[in-house]
Amino acid sequence: MLTAIWVMVAIAVVIGLVLGWSAIRFKVEGNPLAEKIDAILPQTQCGQCGFPGCRPYAEAIARGEADINQCPPGGEEGVKKLAELLGVEPKALDESHGTPKPKSVAFIDENTCIGCTLCIQACPVDAISGAAKQMHTIIAAECTGCELCLPPCPVDCITMVPIAEDLPHWKWKAPVVMLKKVS
Amino acid sequence: MSRTLFSFKGGVHPPGHKAESNTRPVHAAPLPKKLVIPLRQHIGTPAKPVVEVGERVLKGQLIGAADGYISAAVHASSSGVVSAIGPAVVPHASGLPDECITIETDGRDEWIAHAPLDYRTMTPADLRLRLRDLGLAGLGGAVFPSAVKLDPGATHPCPTLIVNGGECEPWITCDDVLMRTHADDILQGVAVMRHLLGSTEILVGIEDNKPEALDSMRSAAAKLDFAVEVVAVPAIYPGGGAKQLIETLTGKQVPSGKLSTDIGIQVFNVGTAHALARAVHHGEPLISRLVTVTGHVLRPQNVEVLIGTPMHALITLAGDREGTTGVLMGGPMMGMPMPDPEVPVVKATNCILVQSNELFPPLPKALPCIRCTRCADACPAVLQPQELFRFAKAGDFGRAQEYSLFDCIECGCCSYVCPSHIPLVDFYRYAKSEIWAREKEKRASDLARERHEFRQFRLEREKKEKAEKLAAKAQAKRAELAADPSASGAPDADAKKALIAAALARAQAKKAGVEPKNVDHLPPDKQHEIEEIEARRAKIRALARQPLEPEENP
Amino acid sequence: MPAPFVLDRSSVTQVMAWVLAALLPGIAASVWLFGPGILITLSLATATALAAEAAMLKARGYPAKPFLTDLSAIVTAWLLALSLPTLAPWWLIVTGTLFAIVVAKHLYGGLGQNIFNPAMVGYAVLIVSFPVQMTQWAGPLSLTATPLTLAQSASVIFGGDLPKAMLDAVTMATPLDALRTGLLQQYTVDEIMTQPIFGHYGGIGFEWLAGAFLLGGLALWALRIISWQVPLAFLAGIWLAAGFLHFFDAGRFGAPWFHLFAPSVMLGAFFIATDPVSGATTPRGKLIFGFGAGLLTIVIRTWGGYPDGVAFAILLMNLAVPLIDAWTQPRVYGVAPRRGKEPPA
Repeated sequence: MLTAIWVMVAIAVVIGLVLGWSAIRFKVEGNPLAEKIDAILPQTQCGQCGFPGCRPYAEAIARGEADINQCPPGGEEGVKKLAELLGVEPKALDESHGTPKPKSVAFIDENTCIGCTLCIQACPVDAISGAAKQMHTIIAAECTGCELCLPPCPVDCITMVPIAEDLPHWKWKAPVVMLKKVS
Repeated sequence: MSRTLFSFKGGVHPPGHKAESNTRPVHAAPLPKKLVIPLRQHIGTPAKPVVEVGERVLKGQLIGAADGYISAAVHASSSGVVSAIGPAVVPHASGLPDECITIETDGRDEWIAHAPLDYRTMTPADLRLRLRDLGLAGLGGAVFPSAVKLDPGATHPCPTLIVNGGECEPWITCDDVLMRTHADDILQGVAVMRHLLGSTEILVGIEDNKPEALDSMRSAAAKLDFAVEVVAVPAIYPGGGAKQLIETLTGKQVPSGKLSTDIGIQVFNVGTAHALARAVHHGEPLISRLVTVTGHVLRPQNVEVLIGTPMHALITLAGDREGTTGVLMGGPMMGMPMPDPEVPVVKATNCILVQSNELFPPLPKALPCIRCTRCADACPAVLQPQELFRFAKAGDFGRAQEYSLFDCIECGCCSYVCPSHIPLVDFYRYAKSEIWAREKEKRASDLARERHEFRQFRLEREKKEKAEKLAAKAQAKRAELAADPSASGAPDADAKKALIAAALARAQAKKAGVEPKNVDHLPPDKQHEIEEIEARRAKIRALARQPLEPEENP
Repeated sequence: MPAPFVLDRSSVTQVMAWVLAALLPGIAASVWLFGPGILITLSLATATALAAEAAMLKARGYPAKPFLTDLSAIVTAWLLALSLPTLAPWWLIVTGTLFAIVVAKHLYGGLGQNIFNPAMVGYAVLIVSFPVQMTQWAGPLSLTATPLTLAQSASVIFGGDLPKAMLDAVTMATPLDALRTGLLQQYTVDEIMTQPIFGHYGGIGFEWLAGAFLLGGLALWALRIISWQVPLAFLAGIWLAAGFLHFFDAGRFGAPWFHLFAPSVMLGAFFIATDPVSGATTPRGKLIFGFGAGLLTIVIRTWGGYPDGVAFAILLMNLAVPLIDAWTQPRVYGVAPRRGKEPPA
């Protein structure tokens, strides 16, 4: 009886030491979960989730302070991926944070732009070039379509233009040829 | 022949249907009224238009300049007037329009001045530049700019040059007919390739179901001052695929994800060699090619066609018949259905195959995969198509990639043998384009993250700099005050107040002066116009705020 | 609809039809050597399988016609019927077939989705649940005084109303049963082999039945319906394992030829282990799959609780298929052979 207890205690001590040692030895710097969540988020930096950018939202999710369904640009697929990563049930997008829209880029009507630089200050990814009293232009390749430049514009010269499907962007569709259930 | 041939794994033997089209003599197709010449006919950057609408162009005139290294120029195939530059439907599986230059021909077919190139005295770089500007691209189907392929690079000598006359796709006979009728021209093109690549071994691979082409090429090769070995290779689909032909002739495999030049081999189609000969010895740009028009037509044949000719004109020439169900560009194994029979012939068009229900019955509904592995037995890339299918169908693209999805050459052997009639290649194309799209998205989001982080860093830095500047200024001021106490005090404050009051009075006076506005006392029509404009603006603002409708899936 | 626009003339129906055709020599031999009882078993299993298939397709909401005409249900039914004792009672046949189609096939997702061979699942369920009824094998006609007619067989199968004495007169222990029982009674193999049931290699009649299955199997191979790897590896596994044991103690272990010429081995090698759905798919995987099934068959026959082990061996190897496939992926064109790298799991 006593032997058994001693054996159990010894095992507990050994395992405890190993665990303690590995906690120090394999300590991970930073917050790897937030990194992983951030990698899934679309990096639109639109703030629709209620956080100032994708990274803060990722950190909030990692801390358990935000839900996974607050990112409209990521869409249902993004929610699904987050759910998979975090091991929770996927849920529907929270409509109060907005609805997914087709991917668009901002476009500045150059005849109306007065060169006030307000949109330049609003752009989270510095995708607008221009200077005071000079006409501004969107660098389309870097625009994430976050729409943050729309409200500050005093002359409403910015519109969102959906990205049209053209030859280089065309994708093969998923084939639908298998025998399907009779409805 | 004495050469030891190797064999590649897999392959199928679909019915050839070559005899239909390779017996009739070759004609030049009649000049169409309108030529539609796409700017994107090759792999790489599309050409840039260098003509204007309304401009008269001559046959062979440059209308789209090559843009960058991996690009090729396009030329007017006949003389006439440019009537449009803009999107038009092109031969592509998507049916989407692309940038094209439309020429209304004048019927005179007037050539621009052109002269042969003295390729032996030109530097290789100059010669390649000229070939790019003459629009040379691979005519076997991939349309890769030839000038790029003719650049062996300092690190990759190219001792072996393979000329591909395999033509393993059923129905297509344009290479066969070209070899029968233009063997000398082809080999002159090969001489230029040999000159540029410095190849020491030149092999011409021709499938043994083309005895006339073999004879003609052999007798032409005997007349040359350098050795060209014309080799008969077994007829098996896809034996004319570049990778498969390389393995058959040399026993070597092109490493996955690499180019054949990495193992010292370059492959050109016979049609490309012929076009190269025309370019070098006559200075002619690539404005026409041999096209097989076959399938459900009265007179299947090969036609010399100007690039930009609508396919429909060729079908009419070959005699269109009742019961046509569709038009394919290419053969039945790898061809693309055309969105419209009016699409133009492009550099990649080797065959126009007219479908009917008798020749190409609609494919039966697919049953589930029974894992019989006939596809694996037929796959020339030694893939496991049944597993790739499983992953692609489930959307597990990562696993599909692990199982070498990108080594698939989309030859269609797997779909051909599948007893469940599953369109396997469709699934692979879908998986590949999904993976590409995701990679693109990933790159875009990485860029956005990087730029956002840099912006945060910049704002932070600016804030800090501003604070430092302010602090420095305040310190300077304090130091100044400490040094000269008389500078501050009550009288100064009074003076400041007076200054402000004066400024205010000035501003008020100015405002009063400016008050008379140009909108007062306007005639009613002007007033009305202004209101209209305001209303329009409001509408646009409302529109811009409105959420866009979600895209409908077609 | 993209390329290719032409298809080979093959179809699932055609594949299955060839398998059924290749079973005909075996069926003929069975009728010739063991009486017409097998015909009743086959018909009953076929009818049950088709009814169960149709019902399951309807329940799962799939169109019935393309799946019923693919003949896969009939193949399952025939393979099970040929594995069952020739005079098994009707409810045994129906239960086995139902289990095979409903549970082993459709509850796993239907055609192409089942991880176990349905016929062997049905067989395993029966032999585990009803071991006694699973011994009602009709003896070879040459050893039977009064062979049963078709009508008598029917009354045995459907009514079971044959007097016990008469049933004993027509049923007989199979050679594998005889060997097993004899060994348990401490006889040597040579002593057991003197019993009248044993012929040249296997049992009288049984060896010819095995030969008929072999013939049909070779035809399937010649038609490229099945690959050579699985049957060859399976037979090699049996021969090597049995030969190894026999070499060390010929008195306690049966000869390799005896093991090979059991009908279940030939049926298993050419018709059951070659089932593409539940088998390995890579060329090397097929070799491992077949060889493993052969080895396990001998292991179960020698040390297991049942006289024959083909069904269990194949089911066990079915379990290992995902692993085998993952570890035996062939070298893709242009891809350097992997060295010390984890295969894709």
